[in-house]
Amino acid sequence: MSKYTEDDLKKELEVQEYEYGFYTDIESDTFPAGLSEDIIKAISKKKDEPQWLTDWRLDAYRIWKEMEEPDWANVNYEKPDFNAISYYSAPKSVDPNKTLDDVDPELLKTFEKLGISLDEQKKLSGVAVDIIVDSVSVATTFKKTLGEKGIIFCSMSEAVKEHPELVRKYLGTVVPKTDNFYAALNSAVFTDGSFCYIPKGVRCPMELSTYFRINEGGTGQFERTLVIADESSYVSYLEGCTAPARDENQLHAAVVELISMDDAEIKYSTVQNWFPGSKEGKGGVFNFVTKRGICHNRAKISWTQVETGSAITWKYPSCILKGDDSVGEFYSIAVTNNYQQADTGTKMIHLGNNTKSTIISKGVSAGFSQNSYRGLVHISPRAKNARNFSQCDSLLMGDQCGAHTFPYIEVKNNTAKIEHEATTSKIGEEQLFYCNQRGINTEKAIALIVNGFSKDVLNKLPMEFAVEAQKLLEISLEGSVG
Amino acid sequence: MLKIKNLHASINGNDILKGISLEVKAGEVHAIMGPNGAGKSTLASIIAGKEDYDVTDGEISLDGNDIMELSPEERAHKGVFLSFQYPVEIPGVSVTNFIKTSINESRKAQGLEEMPAKDMLKMIREKSDLLEIDRKFLSRSLNEGFSGGEKKRNEIFQMAMLEPKLAILDETDSGLDIDALRIVANGINKLKSKDNAVIVITHYQRLLDHIVPDFVHVLHDGKIVKSGTKELALELEEKGYDWLKNI
Repeated sequence: MSKYTEDDLKKELEVQEYEYGFYTDIESDTFPAGLSEDIIKAISKKKDEPQWLTDWRLDAYRIWKEMEEPDWANVNYEKPDFNAISYYSAPKSVDPNKTLDDVDPELLKTFEKLGISLDEQKKLSGVAVDIIVDSVSVATTFKKTLGEKGIIFCSMSEAVKEHPELVRKYLGTVVPKTDNFYAALNSAVFTDGSFCYIPKGVRCPMELSTYFRINEGGTGQFERTLVIADESSYVSYLEGCTAPARDENQLHAAVVELISMDDAEIKYSTVQNWFPGSKEGKGGVFNFVTKRGICHNRAKISWTQVETGSAITWKYPSCILKGDDSVGEFYSIAVTNNYQQADTGTKMIHLGNNTKSTIISKGVSAGFSQNSYRGLVHISPRAKNARNFSQCDSLLMGDQCGAHTFPYIEVKNNTAKIEHEATTSKIGEEQLFYCNQRGINTEKAIALIVNGFSKDVLNKLPMEFAVEAQKLLEISLEGSVG
Repeated sequence: MLKIKNLHASINGNDILKGISLEVKAGEVHAIMGPNGAGKSTLASIIAGKEDYDVTDGEISLDGNDIMELSPEERAHKGVFLSFQYPVEIPGVSVTNFIKTSINESRKAQGLEEMPAKDMLKMIREKSDLLEIDRKFLSRSLNEGFSGGEKKRNEIFQMAMLEPKLAILDETDSGLDIDALRIVANGINKLKSKDNAVIVITHYQRLLDHIVPDFVHVLHDGKIVKSGTKELALELEEKGYDWLKNI
């Protein structure tokens, strides 16, 4: 028998405290591991949420308990122990004694290559920033400009408090609690995320970036995002950061819901650069994300993603083309190196007449990695004159990696027009020698070839993001050819 | 400038080059002729530094410095240029972007700043005019969907941009029609100076009507079996290669 220590006592007390509802006394930043109705109630209470949301979470939890973790994806990993995870972590406070000297030099080197400013480096590596005046004032001006237009852009927690009617009306309408295992889990335990509402007829004057929200606390491992573009509005939303995001949390299960009302347009761009694990395939983030948008009449949703991080990626940003003449687009670059595994793609669900979708997917695999495209194009019986064009290209480096394509096409209306193109190519010795002969070394040559291969997608990114994304591709593939 | 001494090379245990010696001085044009499989392209690749071959004996030096241990890009930085017989495609990378990267990588290796965009544009205009290249061509993906002639013209355009010390043209004439051949040859002649040298690898006399060689070497079965002046090329054209095989 092991000794009953003071820590054990403390733990027991904490658990009992939840049972009795003394949540407010808990000063600790992290809840004990494990998931139960009490933990969920505690999360909800801690966040001072209305009863309807607490019930909504509990309902999701009950659904999740009955579900099984899916295993159809082309990825192999040890399934997480969901009872070993702590489901609430307050934003970590900055350690005032930490300096850049304490930060992993490898990480700093990468920051440098990406051209990230010193202040930002500090912010990203959890070092206190001396001069925050700049970013604070930028954020303030930013909020003021948005406020004048009636645009709401805040954290999900704030939205629950300030705009409960909007949250209640739309939360879970695109990705229902019952949708899938990870979405159900997220619905039960999500801690925070972003909320955005663009009023009727308003064109958002700037790219909305989660970057401006970094100071408001970490995004957390169960992020929940809701973007609503009201009739005839437009918004371009940037998620993520090109800087490598180190995170101790192994499991990430986010949900993103987009609602594009009649004649509205949402452009959603992501750069995902979570820690991919070591060169030997140890550690790294498991990224299981559910992203989906719904388009009403003549509305448009465009997903653009650059995926270079995470040990496991499981992600299918999708569009439900419900309204007539609506448009869905998916542009993706997924890069895997070393032992990374990615299973990513999209679903285009055509329900309305004259709906159009475009899928451009570029996969780059190196090292011992596995990269899969999985996509569904579904044309419902009542969708007349639907059109889809899909192009899936894979680029392989070396002979130890894999590229896979799983396109599903379901056409139930014979007026539909579907095109699918796929190519697989390899960075060849001949290509590299050609570049070398022109004075371009192998590392630079690979970057050039990969950027050329990804050009169609990189062009879809907002300008400043595109430049950073290019550099990111280069860094992700460093050392991939011996 | 270029000195090759007793070069032996093999691939997968098959001997391809069996003792080649060749000296090329600044200002000279050398033609290397010979039947298929004689080892002409292998020789070009080895000078450029391709690593697929085992060099079993011999030396290659450039300006008196041994270059055998240098990587292909280091040789390129020292002014070695190879016009490929089969230029590769690089989708999504424009001709302009490629040549810009190429020039700046070489400049970087020499400790120079990147070439200012203004100068680069001016140079691109000059050289594309020289080779009668349509500007639209420059924004196309490198060699993707190019005709045989366009590929070769693009090689010479790169040569014009890089201004190499030693240019090796590996069957640049194949795939060119008569007009293109004239334009390309004309371009090469204009780029020639007393400070650089050209090695022309070809099967046929017709390119040599335009680019007049100072020396002609016949390569057969991995060896130079005969060397001479431009008259040798004419003789070959008339008699074929068979008469040399018994030498």
